[in-house]
Amino acid sequence: MSLLRVEGLRTSLTSAAGIVRAVDEVSFEVAAGETFALLGESGCGKSMTALSLMRLLPDAGANVGGRVLLDGRDLLALSEAEMRGVRGREMAMIFQEPATSLNPVLSVGRQIVEVLERHTTTQGAAARRRALELVDAVGIPDPARRLDEYPFQLSGGMKQRVMIAMALAGDPRLLIADEPTTALDVTIQAQVLELLGQLQRDRGMGMLLISHDLGIVSQLAQRVGVMYAGELVEVADRQTFFASPRHPYSRKLFAALPRPARCGGALETIPGSVPPLTTIFTCCRFADRCPSAWARCRDEVPAWHATTDGHAVRCHLYDQRAGIGNQEEGSRSQIAGDQVAGSRASPLLQGEAPLLEVADLKMHFPIRKGVFKRVAGQVRAVDGVSLGLTLGRTLALVGESGCGKTTAGKAILQLLRPTGGSVRFGGEELTSLPQGRLRALRAEMQIVFQDPYGSLDPRMRVGDIIEEGMAALGTASDRAARDRRIDEQLERVGLSAGMRGRYPHEFSGGQRQRIAIARALAVEPRLLVCDEPTSALDVSVQAQILNLLKELQASLGLAYLFITHNIAVVEYLAHEVAVMYLGRIVERGTVEEILRDPKHPYTEALLSAVPRIEAEAGRPVIVLRGDMPSPANPPPGCHFHPRCPRAMPECAVTFPSATRLSESRSVHCHLYR
Amino acid sequence: MIAYIIRRLLYAIPILVGVNLLTFALFFVVNTPDDMARMQLGIKRVTPEAIQKWKAERGYDRPLLYDGTAQGTDRITRTIFFEKSVKLFVLDFGRADDGRDIGHEIRTRMGPSLAIAVPVFLLGLFVTVSFALLLAFFRATYLDFWGVVACVAMMSISSLFYIIGGQYLVSKIWHLVPISGYAGGVDAARFLILPVAISVVAGIGSSTRWYRTIFLEEIGKDYVRTARAKGLSEMAVLFRHVLKNAMIPILTGVVVVIPLLFMGALITESFFGIPGLGSYMIDAINAQDFAVVRSMVFIGSVLYIVGLLLTDLSYTLVDPRVRLQ
Amino acid sequence: MPIVLWTDALVFLLIACAIGSGVYVSRREYLLASWRRVGESRAGMAALTVLAAFILVGLLDSLHYRPRLEAVAGQSANGFGTEVRSALDVLLLPLKAATEKTYSAPLATHLYARETVELPDGTQARVFPRLKHGGVHLKDPAQDRGRDVARHILRGLVLAVLAGLTFAAIALQAAAVRWGVRWPAAWRRIRRGETRFAWNAVLATLAVLLLLAGPVVSLAGGYHVFGTDKVGQDVLYLTLKSIRTGLVIGTITTLAMLPFAVALGIVAGYLGGWVDDVIQYLYTTLNSIPGVLLIAASVLMMQVVIDTHPDWFATSAQRADARLLALCLILGVTSWTGLCRLLRAETLKLRELEYVQAAQAFGASASRIMGRHILPNVMHIVLIAVVMDFSGLVLAEAVLSYIGIGVDPSTISFGTMINTARLELAREPVVWWSLVAAFAFMFVLVLAANLFSDSVRDAFDPRIAGRRIAPAAQGQAA
Repeated sequence: MSLLRVEGLRTSLTSAAGIVRAVDEVSFEVAAGETFALLGESGCGKSMTALSLMRLLPDAGANVGGRVLLDGRDLLALSEAEMRGVRGREMAMIFQEPATSLNPVLSVGRQIVEVLERHTTTQGAAARRRALELVDAVGIPDPARRLDEYPFQLSGGMKQRVMIAMALAGDPRLLIADEPTTALDVTIQAQVLELLGQLQRDRGMGMLLISHDLGIVSQLAQRVGVMYAGELVEVADRQTFFASPRHPYSRKLFAALPRPARCGGALETIPGSVPPLTTIFTCCRFADRCPSAWARCRDEVPAWHATTDGHAVRCHLYDQRAGIGNQEEGSRSQIAGDQVAGSRASPLLQGEAPLLEVADLKMHFPIRKGVFKRVAGQVRAVDGVSLGLTLGRTLALVGESGCGKTTAGKAILQLLRPTGGSVRFGGEELTSLPQGRLRALRAEMQIVFQDPYGSLDPRMRVGDIIEEGMAALGTASDRAARDRRIDEQLERVGLSAGMRGRYPHEFSGGQRQRIAIARALAVEPRLLVCDEPTSALDVSVQAQILNLLKELQASLGLAYLFITHNIAVVEYLAHEVAVMYLGRIVERGTVEEILRDPKHPYTEALLSAVPRIEAEAGRPVIVLRGDMPSPANPPPGCHFHPRCPRAMPECAVTFPSATRLSESRSVHCHLYR
Repeated sequence: MIAYIIRRLLYAIPILVGVNLLTFALFFVVNTPDDMARMQLGIKRVTPEAIQKWKAERGYDRPLLYDGTAQGTDRITRTIFFEKSVKLFVLDFGRADDGRDIGHEIRTRMGPSLAIAVPVFLLGLFVTVSFALLLAFFRATYLDFWGVVACVAMMSISSLFYIIGGQYLVSKIWHLVPISGYAGGVDAARFLILPVAISVVAGIGSSTRWYRTIFLEEIGKDYVRTARAKGLSEMAVLFRHVLKNAMIPILTGVVVVIPLLFMGALITESFFGIPGLGSYMIDAINAQDFAVVRSMVFIGSVLYIVGLLLTDLSYTLVDPRVRLQ
Repeated sequence: MPIVLWTDALVFLLIACAIGSGVYVSRREYLLASWRRVGESRAGMAALTVLAAFILVGLLDSLHYRPRLEAVAGQSANGFGTEVRSALDVLLLPLKAATEKTYSAPLATHLYARETVELPDGTQARVFPRLKHGGVHLKDPAQDRGRDVARHILRGLVLAVLAGLTFAAIALQAAAVRWGVRWPAAWRRIRRGETRFAWNAVLATLAVLLLLAGPVVSLAGGYHVFGTDKVGQDVLYLTLKSIRTGLVIGTITTLAMLPFAVALGIVAGYLGGWVDDVIQYLYTTLNSIPGVLLIAASVLMMQVVIDTHPDWFATSAQRADARLLALCLILGVTSWTGLCRLLRAETLKLRELEYVQAAQAFGASASRIMGRHILPNVMHIVLIAVVMDFSGLVLAEAVLSYIGIGVDPSTISFGTMINTARLELAREPVVWWSLVAAFAFMFVLVLAANLFSDSVRDAFDPRIAGRRIAPAAQGQAA
């Protein structure tokens, strides 16, 4: 008998727009010692499913049907008091945001002991000893000291480990992990994923993993369920699923993922958007976006069709009785279908003089302390960055959060005036340029931000947003010319001119990012700094934006400085890569050089930490120890040496100077001297 | 943290200087001492000699800022600014316009003021926080809804109504306690019970609603969900997790008024004939005794600044993020 | 001769602002959406209906003029009196003129105090004399009064029902045309609350208002509905006149402080550096003086100024008005700090947002960014502060007037009414009616304002719910 058995679970939320059926007839099972992953994009009902199981729905939500059997006991039928005995004891949960999920004013130890005292007979000093063991077990160094610390004193990865320790305290038989690593950096993510996998194996727990990341799912799960618009559409073993996803939606998800194999062409995208869950569906929910949909898909709700062992799909394509055998080819051809020609490097431009040359760029922020707020030190956010970029090329600046890559981007654009170094743009030195002259150059270099919700003024119409730059820089002087330009820009980024009168809140995340791109392009820049433009987007939408950026570069010959932490995006879009660690660039080269054959140990670890679908057994993941140190107090010598698996004595003494490995490539590491 | 406190203390100095200059400007520049004298003595039919005499008796006959006729430091010290404003810094308040020593008055009146303000403060805080917790516990139920309605209704009633109505009902109709007056020692309780009760009731509406909002805001946070996921009861969540976090915004509003308790309660004291600083202030206003008003303004700001400092200190008690950084 | 008092001018300016922002809002979909949410709130709309009635009275009372002097024998008739009247006074002339000698209870026919009168037979007796105006039409008050009052009330109710039906008919017709349905269908939709705008709440409130006002209007013709005060003035008249004072204090004060609070708050938050330091110093200093004390000091000083310059004002009404305006300004000076601080904090947050950085990347100037990006995005906070401050200020007026640092004693306000009436509670038997009338009207006004501000706050920003910007006096008074 399975540990957890969910039967026809239905959850709805009341909202202003009506009743949202967030979870609709979802059924699955999790066996003891097994990891079952719920996979899907944002808003598909994964988290609501988890909260329904825990009966922790927000006030507006309610379980309206189905059964949740844990060891045969229906949790939905329990009284609230009985349910409290289940939470934390038989079933525990880890949340997505470690930063906000811990109580800020209680010590870590207190928060763990609380679970022990609630659910076990361990009390007082014994409970504290047990908490110490737990904190040790989740790999927190110096556990005795950490136990008395408060959440704000811990890094994000440490906080998530504390969350895990807290979840394990009641010795639960089922662990629900809701996007447990989404808020973490990729090297920290690798640590946490390894920990979760190991704990689950050691304790024989059942685990329900919720994730949007195919890579994580493939690394951790034994069985996979794909959710779309509130319902499960496909359930399969990991091997079967990753070898041949069946549902058109699952296939699209795979195809939208940027992968090196797909570098030349455009990425697959899913047209349209997820239908609102207030609708009562009388057909397949995916029909409107499905490339293989036919009349039946719009008339009839598809039933489950189990194909091979354990592989079940909710799609008419797999209805054996209907006698449709050609589904494989049908959808295959689709994937190969709408590929847009878009070529990578335009090698002709390579010989040209660089558009942007950055040398030894420094951006320090003073730390003030004491009675009179004297400057007591410097946060070296960017500490000697050098790079170059020519027209028509993309340079990816890669690094984890806090490494200074965003600050570097802003310092290059002179949005922050650098503390030192030089930035030459089109031959002109920007750092010493007076404000007035700089303004004239602003049209040449623009920026696209990460957050599609924060980057557009909610009080302005789309037309005004795009016009803003033109007005400030006097690009197109007369009204009519400007209006024409606005319409052109909107159409160029794949929106319609009719949308100019609307407000940002009427658009989806992807559309907003298009508007942000149009705003930047309206002043005809030559350099576009893209600061994580896709990291807030779902993978299918990310594909649309990446395609658009690629097209624009091909047609306009733009230079991109692409700031990102997402290696997959780098592989797809960049020509050159610079890897940043703690304010400095540790390795530079062309994308092939860096990604195929990383030289610097940090680059190596970073690349290996990215969870990949293709990951077969035996691919080594280099798990780095500890966290990135604070840029206010960087380690001496090579900044990376305290975490470096290949550190040598001299690494702690001097920062290695650049070693040129090829014409395009250099690395800062004592290994290559 | 020591550095933090020292910096806050140093920061208070320019503010006190600012307050001092502001009151000086208000009392001596907007109107000249002559205007005040004329006002006190009656606008019409007042001789220049009478004005001179009035000014001389109260020390207003000196130059405002600089005495060119005097020698040495007297040029600065024998001025209205020095005598009336600078001396406030050493809590030398001088004499009221009726000739009594302000410092002495303040010292004797502080007791009765505290005797009413402290119980009101403590009891009020306890009652309103309890009510707010109750409403937060029963959130989104009828109890909560009608509780909020009652709060809005109560905060729409003028504080004067609470006092007049309470006095009329309890003292005049029911004859339970004296209408007004004050006595020292244990006897004071007889006179204080009604004003304290009325002041607490008058404050329930707006405070309860404010605290309830704070609690609800905290209840909506992620860490509360984590606490529930541990299997804790709603009571444990509310008292162990929410209350402690909610203390931070509550303290901001509450601690700052603690030093101001010395100032007493203006209206209540005057209605109930309690000889505290509040009624002193009202008497001074009615008698247009500017010396007293000026002193009270200065004391008020000193106490307020002390309150700000206490607020900063109190954060270190409840918020580890402040304590440990 | 029409005369525009200072506060009148500001009231008209306020109306112009309201109309201007109405036009502004109607062109912006996101603002309209928020206001529609206000319109959906039943409590909010019921409160707004009540407020509208108060505002109507206040506006009528803001149209001032000086009546032409009656030609007296031997004098030319082209002078103007020193008395200033308002449109409301004209409407209420019967009430205003109908002064008695002293107290009389509501609907009374006799004075509340005995008087020595000379009887026809020459002896003297202490009796309750008949009123000069209240119930004079009755032959035998002891017998007829009850029936007469009932008749008046009935007549008032009939009038109210008629007025209500007329209004409902107009509303129904408008609704029926708009929705393209017949009357019964339109009625059903309104009654069941199927409309987006809370029409049912508005109509119900209106009905209650009319049912209350009808009998009062009808009775006011023959009686002093709320009695008379110490000098025999009709309390109903006084209460209605108080409304304008309350409204002026509640609105002009915020209007006066708004430009400072908004400009300084945004500038401090956006520019930072020494500008921020100076502005912060300014408001911390002002804030550190307890509000009541600062108000007391300022009002005392202002009083001296006004008293030493009696020649500045042509009429006593103008002097009282100057004092009212000065009180508003003083309250404004002491209450802008809260909003300023709130706006500074919000601007600090907005400054870091990416759309502001995008504007900086275009080289847009600081003033342009503050005007185009910051200001529109903090306006909801300003609006919420304005509506939330209103009720606190109305309450504060009463307290301040009681302490003697409020409006001029000759200005009719809730505060002065309470102040003059409270001593009478000590009389035996008590004179309760002017206190009760003042408190009741004030309660209704403040309650309506509170409910309306709640619905505005909920619609515009549920996040800052309850974070009141405490007005100066109310908190410390109790």
